[in-house]
Amino acid sequence: MTEQHEGRQSAEAPRQIYLDYQATTPTDPRVVEAMAPFFGEHFGNPHSVQHGFGSIAIAAVERARAQIAELIGAEAREIVFTSGATESNNLAIKGAARFHKARRPHLVTLTTEHKCVLESCRRMESEGVAVTYLPVRENGLVDLAGLAEVVTERTALVSIMAANNEIGVIQPIAEIGALCRERGAYFHTDAAQAAGKIPIDVQAMSIDLLSISGHKLYGPVGIGVLYVRRRPRVRLEPLFDGGGQERGLRSGTLPAPLCVGLGKACEIAREEMAAEAARLTRLREKLREALVARLPAIRINGDLRERLPGNLNLSFENLDGGDLIDAMSGLAVSSGSACTSASVEPSYVLRALGLPAELAGASVRVGIGRFTTDQEIDAAIEQITAAVSRLRSAGPRAAE
Amino acid sequence: MQQAVYLDYNATAPLRPEAAAAMAETHGLTGNASSVHGFGRSVRRLIETARERVADLVGADPARIVFTSGGTESNNLALRGTGRQRLLISAGEHDSVLQAVPDAEILPLHADGRVDLAVLEGKLASSSQPTLVSVMLANNETGVIQPLAEVAALAHQHGALLHCDAVQAAGKIAVAMPDLAADLLSLSAHKLGGPTGAGALVIGDGVDLRPLLKGGGQERGYRAGTENIPGIVGFGAAALVARETFAEGVRLEALRDGMECQLAEFAPEVAFFGSDAPRLPNTSCFALPGMPAETQVMALDLAGVAVSAGSACSSGKVRPSHVLQAMAAGDQASCAIRVSLGWRSEAAHVERFLDAWRALYSRCAQAAPAATPAA
Repeated sequence: MTEQHEGRQSAEAPRQIYLDYQATTPTDPRVVEAMAPFFGEHFGNPHSVQHGFGSIAIAAVERARAQIAELIGAEAREIVFTSGATESNNLAIKGAARFHKARRPHLVTLTTEHKCVLESCRRMESEGVAVTYLPVRENGLVDLAGLAEVVTERTALVSIMAANNEIGVIQPIAEIGALCRERGAYFHTDAAQAAGKIPIDVQAMSIDLLSISGHKLYGPVGIGVLYVRRRPRVRLEPLFDGGGQERGLRSGTLPAPLCVGLGKACEIAREEMAAEAARLTRLREKLREALVARLPAIRINGDLRERLPGNLNLSFENLDGGDLIDAMSGLAVSSGSACTSASVEPSYVLRALGLPAELAGASVRVGIGRFTTDQEIDAAIEQITAAVSRLRSAGPRAAE
Repeated sequence: MQQAVYLDYNATAPLRPEAAAAMAETHGLTGNASSVHGFGRSVRRLIETARERVADLVGADPARIVFTSGGTESNNLALRGTGRQRLLISAGEHDSVLQAVPDAEILPLHADGRVDLAVLEGKLASSSQPTLVSVMLANNETGVIQPLAEVAALAHQHGALLHCDAVQAAGKIAVAMPDLAADLLSLSAHKLGGPTGAGALVIGDGVDLRPLLKGGGQERGYRAGTENIPGIVGFGAAALVARETFAEGVRLEALRDGMECQLAEFAPEVAFFGSDAPRLPNTSCFALPGMPAETQVMALDLAGVAVSAGSACSSGKVRPSHVLQAMAAGDQASCAIRVSLGWRSEAAHVERFLDAWRALYSRCAQAAPAATPAA
């Protein structure tokens, strides 16, 4: 058993600038407001169909389902609520692989997928399913010709994320979807980072399964969605059983307040996506241009054009990466994805782009979001410049 | 119109204000609990406090608490995670246990709702295959409390593991993990005044469990996924209040017993389920022979009183309760309703229920005198 991670700070919000929007996003105040009544007067169980308390909760959950569906061009009844993207990804991959194991005992994914996708695939390997882990190109994007070679009529499912959590690159979803449809394989995309940030249409992009996380798009944590296509119908084996909620795919009492919050978050994202993307791209470019101008030997990881507006991932040559995050103590940034950052090892995503371990270890992910201001970007420019210059002048140290 | 009266606490309990306040504070916090920066560490601290509070409620070691998305997930994790192929479960278990392991061998119930220990012992003795026994602490429909200590003793005598679904019991009666001697214990936040979407599995010493959800390795690898911070914090706050207000049980029991007395006096043909066994203090399940449960529940809803027929999860599909059938209730199973009280219930609410129910009874007695044996 691992040691409990001891908090070194009090629960009061630290005076840091939050630039870690790919780890989690603050809940939008409008979302908190929408949820409030369902934590209070409207507390009914959304499965109690026999009385008014339940009916109010049911109506609210169904409205949220419609709001979420609209964000991705789906039908409301194709939306299955889960506890988050980890569960959605587990359900999509294990559910499809187990259901179709007899005729299609093969999965395809990328080496740069989120841990929960890779771990789900490994689990299926231990259950006798073959898995192809495709490498990515130097810019982080999938090689479509390579993909076409490995997807066959034996492939149950291809799981490729819409946008990467570390380097923000956006995969050619529509092309992947068309390729899968042609071969009869399901196409699952982990859209935890992409949903609400870039336009997604499950019809136009031939997506069969799509994962959404509440807390990555200014909704609450503890709620997610798996979009499950109805026509042509996608068949899955559920991860767990019980009262048969969510079309039998996901038993358990629905958290009505969280469903309502996610619905509201999706509605806001849909309405404000274009303007927000423009603003975040401007902030990101301001940060990138200033750092590139001030600091030599910077590498930008991942394609810059096919990229989430709010993501920047940088590597700094000639410095000891171990001290990098500590040197920027005024900034809440990340050296990798949050799940793995407790274990300090170089990001496997950056290694997959061909970065040597040392350079991958000297990298920072900056996540910019809805509540990031120009002043915060200005401060980040100063702090990153100062930290990198200081570490470099201290000279390279031998690896410990 | 008067405000509606809620008497369906076993389906879900209204969020306690202490939980709501604790959760509201987290909405101002940003941070992924797995991030190493200050935002993440603040959140980590909140989660660990909640873990201690939930552990205290059931007398467990905080290091043994794994947070999940709720009771259904906890039950599935426990039943599928041990790798034990042979499962013995009681006939009165919640759907999330029954459906998780459709191949399990079923332990029958006595007419009073308690599991048949002789059958359990016989089954345990009949095979040396590694076995997992799953018996709930208190039933969601009848409130009947199972003899867990005896079940645990039998299970352990024969080398079996014991899982206990304590979703309905926790917060309503004292639950002490060491006394129960269960190896795995499931909990749900929203049944005890916490938020929906949070639950826990208590994993006993030396129990080897395979996770359902793999990913970033949160919750010591037992349960991947970014922690539901407000949910967990609200769960912790509700657990703390529940532990501090155990005396509430006495108050609710008096309300419940008073209600049952009045019902029995008014309509002697009413049959109460599980009242011969130890029961949760807040739960009453009874049938009026000849009057379908659906009719009762709908009429009561129109009168502004929310009760239920069977459990909420299956109440979309109207079918007689498997719990009552296992208690040999026969035709009465389809005429049974459940009244369940909780932290906001008052005598006036019970009065409202009694008035509405008596009115319904009288209407039906006039309309179809033959249908009611008392007429």
